[in-house]
Amino acid sequence: MSRKEKAPGASSRGATLKESSHIHSQDRRSFLRGGTLLAGATVASAAGLTGARAQRLEIPPSGKEMGHIIEAEAYGMPSKFEAKVKRRRTDVLVNKQNWSDWSMTPLQSQLGIVTPNGLFFERHHAGVPDIDPDHHVLVIHGMVKQPLKFSMSDLMRYPSVSKFHFLECSGNGLTDWTKAASKTVQQSHGLLSCAQWTGVPLATLLDEAGVDPAAKWALFEGADGSTHARSIPMDKVLADTLLVWGQNGEMLRPEQGYPLRAFVPGWEGNVSVKWLRRVKIGDQPWHLRSETARYTDPMPEGKWRQFSFMMECKSVITRPSGGMKLQGPGSYEIEGFAWSGNGSIKAVDVTLDGGKNWREARLEEPALDKCLTRFRYTWNWDGGPAKIASRAVDSTGYVQPTVSDIAKARALVGFVQHHNGVFPWSIGQDGEVKNAIV
Amino acid sequence: MRSCNLAAGALAALVVTALGLGTAVSQSTSRKPHFGKPISQADLAAWDIDIRTSDGKGLPQGKGTVAEGKALFAQQCVACHGDAAKGGPMYGSMVGGIGSFTTNARVLTPGSMYPYAPILFDYIRRTMPMTAPQSLTNDQVYALSAYILNLNGLIAENAVMDAASLTKVMMPNRNGFVVDNRPDTTAKRCMANC
Ligand code: HEC
Repeated sequence: MSRKEKAPGASSRGATLKESSHIHSQDRRSFLRGGTLLAGATVASAAGLTGARAQRLEIPPSGKEMGHIIEAEAYGMPSKFEAKVKRRRTDVLVNKQNWSDWSMTPLQSQLGIVTPNGLFFERHHAGVPDIDPDHHVLVIHGMVKQPLKFSMSDLMRYPSVSKFHFLECSGNGLTDWTKAASKTVQQSHGLLSCAQWTGVPLATLLDEAGVDPAAKWALFEGADGSTHARSIPMDKVLADTLLVWGQNGEMLRPEQGYPLRAFVPGWEGNVSVKWLRRVKIGDQPWHLRSETARYTDPMPEGKWRQFSFMMECKSVITRPSGGMKLQGPGSYEIEGFAWSGNGSIKAVDVTLDGGKNWREARLEEPALDKCLTRFRYTWNWDGGPAKIASRAVDSTGYVQPTVSDIAKARALVGFVQHHNGVFPWSIGQDGEVKNAIV
Repeated sequence: MRSCNLAAGALAALVVTALGLGTAVSQSTSRKPHFGKPISQADLAAWDIDIRTSDGKGLPQGKGTVAEGKALFAQQCVACHGDAAKGGPMYGSMVGGIGSFTTNARVLTPGSMYPYAPILFDYIRRTMPMTAPQSLTNDQVYALSAYILNLNGLIAENAVMDAASLTKVMMPNRNGFVVDNRPDTTAKRCMANC
């Protein structure tokens, strides 16, 4: 029986129940969006530690009717109550057009280490192309014995590997070096996502083409409207660079490079060229616009640092984070992500007093190589003003710096890349959580 | 009896098949997969568009003047980039900024930022005009490169750009780059009274 065919008598009760589930979902949605963060203690007391208020549970409507049928075929979508969980185009630095632009992952809502494909951040230089995999071709040429071309079905015949790795844009956080421009962690850190990538090591294909021993660099080039290209050192190409077609168990999304992208673990997202059509082997870098005028770091005395590929060790608290509100004193789980392009996360420390004192947080398994790692710390908030932040240490022993540590080495002027500074949130007596980078 | 023989025969066949398969499998694992197809340089010429900008390797034949570039710019670029490339509805200025890098307001333009002039050729050819990338002829790309260089005061109004002359243009930021020296911070894991 469909909902419409319900007996008239059922409708008034149906309406009441619908009303109450609406209120519930409002709470839940604002919680996920970061509007409200309930203290564990508050929940516990409301739920019955006081024990005085009797409230009998009613049978929920979902238990009193048939649900939706199983579709003959469908691509499953999130619950309608999760509609607020969206990636969002940058709105702190508003671009003049939306083809060469970016959108950011709602890290405050991410559970576990894997970013759902529909929430994975985007950065394109000429919009998202629609490429038919049956017509997509990859070419490998330049300093090789035998130039080769591959169809997608050729590539997918190789023994594949599947690896969990984060991907971060070098511009992540560029609005928040010297002013607290972002309200939420989505705006300040959302050019960061993590997935399981499936593909073939590029070294396998290069072995087949026969690389000249004098080769030092490779050019990766996309088939999109920007024909985006970058020079990559051969050492990294041979060490762990993948050509991937799979992301989290399905083919790449169009906006992630469908049907084929390079994946360069631990390095700035821009080098993991999407819609990959060409790999050219050479003995020098190409010095393209994307590696001179862009994706370079301002340094003292008017200089620019080039080929700064590595995404160094970094962490951020995602809960509580900017835009959320603590509901009174009590016990809270501080949670966040740590990651490093140089290896795995060894430890994360949390401060509650703006960096004077630190305590070690708990790391959640797994803590994989070049992968988002979750940390948590149970905090009993006394209701007074606080400043919380996290600081990660990676497997090389590198300790995440503060912005003032970084400012000693680099020039923080203009659109500065590679912000891996400690990122504090302030908590007011009213429970409001705010960006406290300055 | 007959059925028994048949069964024995079938079993023998199965064993042979299994052995055969076994050999095939071990052969295919010992040999590396090889699925690429050879392609000739002529067949990939339309894709082989990268310029090694430091010495101009890969720059094609052809040439263009500042005047030709100015006319083309007015037709195909001005709507987004504005008059004289001073900034339009889709992108900021592409002129000026030379000398600004030692101030607190670094202005990034092709003139101030590109270490090598062939970057203009490489980028315009692969990406511009944004509405119709890879639609310009090589002569047109040389002309547009010439125009933008001239607007930035880097070549004369009567200059002609081709593979040789474009490579020779001296860019102000030629020596502006340093290599990655990270880690460039040495934060310590201080735990108390930091
Ligand atoms: C539809 C709008 C549009 C049109 C038309 C267009 N451009 Fe662009 N152009 C852009 C945008 C947007 C960018 C920045 C892209 C990016 O950074 O990813 C850009 C960037 C550039 C740059 C790099 C500037 C720098 O600072 O490094 C050059 C050079 C350029 N365009 C030249 C041209 C030329 C020449 C034409 C005409 C043939 C043209 N453009 C037509 C939108 C346009």
